[in-house]
Amino acid sequence: MSATVEFTIDGKEIPAQPGQTILEAAQQAGVYIPRLCWCKGLVPHGSCRVCTVLVNGRPQAACTQPVAPGVVVENNTEKVTALRRNIIEMLFVEGNHFCMFCEKSGNCELQALAYRFGITAPKYPYLFPQRDVDASHPDVLLDRNRCILCGRCVRASRDVDGKHVFDFVGRGPHKRIAVNAAARLAETDLKVADKAVEVCPVGAILKKRVGYAVPVGQRQYDQQPIGSDIEAAPAGGR
Amino acid sequence: MSQNGKPKVATTSLAGCFGCHMSLLDIDDRILKLVELVDFDKSPVDDIKEFTGRCAVGLIEGGCCNEENVRVLRDFRAHCDILIAVGDCATMGGIPALRNNIPLQECYDEAYRNGPTVYNPSGRIPDDPELPLLLNRVYPIQEVVKIDYFLPGCPPPADTLWAALTALLGNQPVQLPYGLLKYD
Ligand code: SF4
Ligand code: SF4
Ligand code: FES
Repeated sequence: MSATVEFTIDGKEIPAQPGQTILEAAQQAGVYIPRLCWCKGLVPHGSCRVCTVLVNGRPQAACTQPVAPGVVVENNTEKVTALRRNIIEMLFVEGNHFCMFCEKSGNCELQALAYRFGITAPKYPYLFPQRDVDASHPDVLLDRNRCILCGRCVRASRDVDGKHVFDFVGRGPHKRIAVNAAARLAETDLKVADKAVEVCPVGAILKKRVGYAVPVGQRQYDQQPIGSDIEAAPAGGR
Repeated sequence: MSQNGKPKVATTSLAGCFGCHMSLLDIDDRILKLVELVDFDKSPVDDIKEFTGRCAVGLIEGGCCNEENVRVLRDFRAHCDILIAVGDCATMGGIPALRNNIPLQECYDEAYRNGPTVYNPSGRIPDDPELPLLLNRVYPIQEVVKIDYFLPGCPPPADTLWAALTALLGNQPVQLPYGLLKYD
């Protein structure tokens, strides 16, 4: 191990290696920083801003911000949590999230973050946007109603699967996830075992015919809040 | 308050399926405790159709899909100290809100003219003045009146309803432990 960098998160001393991001160093020390677009094994994207922390008072994305000696990081404070709650609430009203029949429910990272933050209803009006479903692929469903534009599938397909099946098109409110085919997902070389299928944090990319397999009560976030596994792990254990 | 000094609770189902009311019945024998604690005013539970007085708590199931829902919701706001949105339909529109990105005319045509099981040779869409007019889309109730608490879920678990009601009747804030806040 090379020289360590010391800094603090909410007053706790965090040892880190130079070049690590704040999110990685925190995770290693058993401190959970909420995140959505970050995914283990993919290059950080820094787009969802759910991992926002205050670094010496300035908002920064913890998943892209490198550690620096002596910096003071605020993570689990009222102010930072309020910012993150707002982002989560906006993601709900910007899409069409009908959790009551979503196959991802109970295993969904967006929903789990809302539960962790105790969000009972978003404070913003619902937009009910017009979004498409692409059910053409024999084994994979793409439901844009639930896409939060995290870009995990884009990075996984490009960097891990080497396929470039997904990419973004459009800007601002018109931005959407597109497939690299004249029309539909079925015309791409996407396979159900691809990393791009596995990494979607929500129910936008789903494997067909495996929904609702796990009973309510036994799904990933039914009993324990998202991030509690990181908080429970001994420092340096992950 | 009732003449016997008990606080009153009113409930209604707007654009809902009565599943949330079923969940309320699902508190099982605690319902006996509940009727010791409160009296029901306007509610399908006792079939009282109009408010008889001021209520401590109003439970609203379902969103607003027609003008009648809006009228009832405003009546609840006027008569209840605390209004609680019960269930996903009240909170975000729920299943009825699946029509929200389909033009209203298309919904009518599918329901009364073109649907696979429709028999309607005249092609007429029901327009009796007794029938409440549909709104352009389904509205979550907090977009129509001020709502004090939200208990999401489809339906919210009976334990969630019990926890919230007993907290409020004991003048405590509603705090749901992890596991009682659900969206499904
Ligand atoms: S993707 Fe997640 S938040 Fe969206 S409907 Fe499905 S379970 Fe709910
Ligand atoms: S489809 Fe899933 S992984 Fe891809 S951008 Fe949307 S939410 Fe992210
Ligand atoms: S997880 Fe850092 S910006 Fe999305």
